[in-house]
Amino acid sequence: MKGRILTVAALIAASAFCFAAADGSWLKKVPQADRERVNPFAGQPGAAAAGENLFRNNCAKCHGAEAQGKGSRPSLRSERLAAATDGEIAWIIKNGQMYKSMPSWGGLPEPQRWQIVTYLRSLNPPVRPEERVAAQEAPK
Amino acid sequence: MYERLRNCMAFRHRRAAALVVLCLFAAFQAKAQQEPPYFVTYSSVMEEPGNLEIENQNLTAAPKEAQTFFAPTVEFEYGATAWWTTEVYVQGQATQSDSSVFTGFRWENRFRPLPRDYWINPVIYIEYEDVNGADKSYLEITGNSSAADLAIPNAVLRQYIVRSFEGKLILSSNVRGWNFSENFITEKELNHPMPWEFGYAVAASRPLSLRGSERACTFCRQNFSAGAELFGGLGTRYGFGLSHTEQYAAPTLAFNTPGGFTYRFSPEFGLNDNSATVLWRFGMSYEVSQFRDWFRRSR
Repeated sequence: MKGRILTVAALIAASAFCFAAADGSWLKKVPQADRERVNPFAGQPGAAAAGENLFRNNCAKCHGAEAQGKGSRPSLRSERLAAATDGEIAWIIKNGQMYKSMPSWGGLPEPQRWQIVTYLRSLNPPVRPEERVAAQEAPK
Repeated sequence: MYERLRNCMAFRHRRAAALVVLCLFAAFQAKAQQEPPYFVTYSSVMEEPGNLEIENQNLTAAPKEAQTFFAPTVEFEYGATAWWTTEVYVQGQATQSDSSVFTGFRWENRFRPLPRDYWINPVIYIEYEDVNGADKSYLEITGNSSAADLAIPNAVLRQYIVRSFEGKLILSSNVRGWNFSENFITEKELNHPMPWEFGYAVAASRPLSLRGSERACTFCRQNFSAGAELFGGLGTRYGFGLSHTEQYAAPTLAFNTPGGFTYRFSPEFGLNDNSATVLWRFGMSYEVSQFRDWFRRSR
């Protein structure tokens, strides 16, 4: 009986952990220096096109061909991404969230990661700074 | 005459079977991956969660004082989580003027303990092997091994069964598009009173282009990567060193197609008298995306 209660408690804790994965808490972990990094390809349509190809080859299998999300894997067309800086998006691609099923893509060359950021930015145009703060604080 | 006809039919059946397998693979939707072009050295790249990679890796050689052999290995690599990859190997070999034998299986697990990407990324590797002495896969070299053993008949070699534990510390760094990986290997036979054996593998590689192409293309430079591997044994606990074992240096080349196939090729050159002159290695892998979803109700 005691073992069963412990198992249920562990399952509830694991579920809570998984739900926490989708709350955008990773944004708080991004170091300031990474947050402020500037995308060398920002606004370049060619880089967005290259990023789209890279996205289809590397990311679409989990996030969907149109970045619309797939099953429990989140959509990458969201207010949260629109509010995030290019540096924050680059950080999550590089580091992933190991314990929340997002692998690290640090093995992908840095220019390719920035091209993916450019593509994601084209899907999520940046909001104004005050809107950005509100979007980050809003519950999803 | 009858024999020749039978061989011809068998060849046609094999070719038809190969075509069916290729069509089945082509029917799946899968994409390229970011793995470096190594055969022996591991990097910190893990299989993506839920993906299944099927790889056929082959090695052939014609050593001076032994018969030509061909050693295929089939690998099934599954991404259990973003930090845990598990893999099963099934292997065999065929030696000219001798026989074809099944040589055993391996089950390996790789764990990435740190949650982020650092300048050097460690991975812990744990493997259980159940192989016989006829194994010629050269998936790693440990202890004091010698290419002269390749001349021993399969019937003798397969009598020696090895059940062993193998551990590796994998270190890997990504710097300006280059990948540098170092593996430190230790192995202990569980069913024989042998000492701990050691080995190593180091490698470096880089994609031919660091930027992605604006157009969707198969033969873009970014889909090719080239590098080099250096691997060999380090002796045992009682006789540590590079000299009494095999050592190889190898240029490697990989081609990741956007369709999900990866082709790799590497000639491996022996560096001392214990080594074979050259081992030819080639492989093909295919990644089945989100294999886990096949077993979920809502896909």
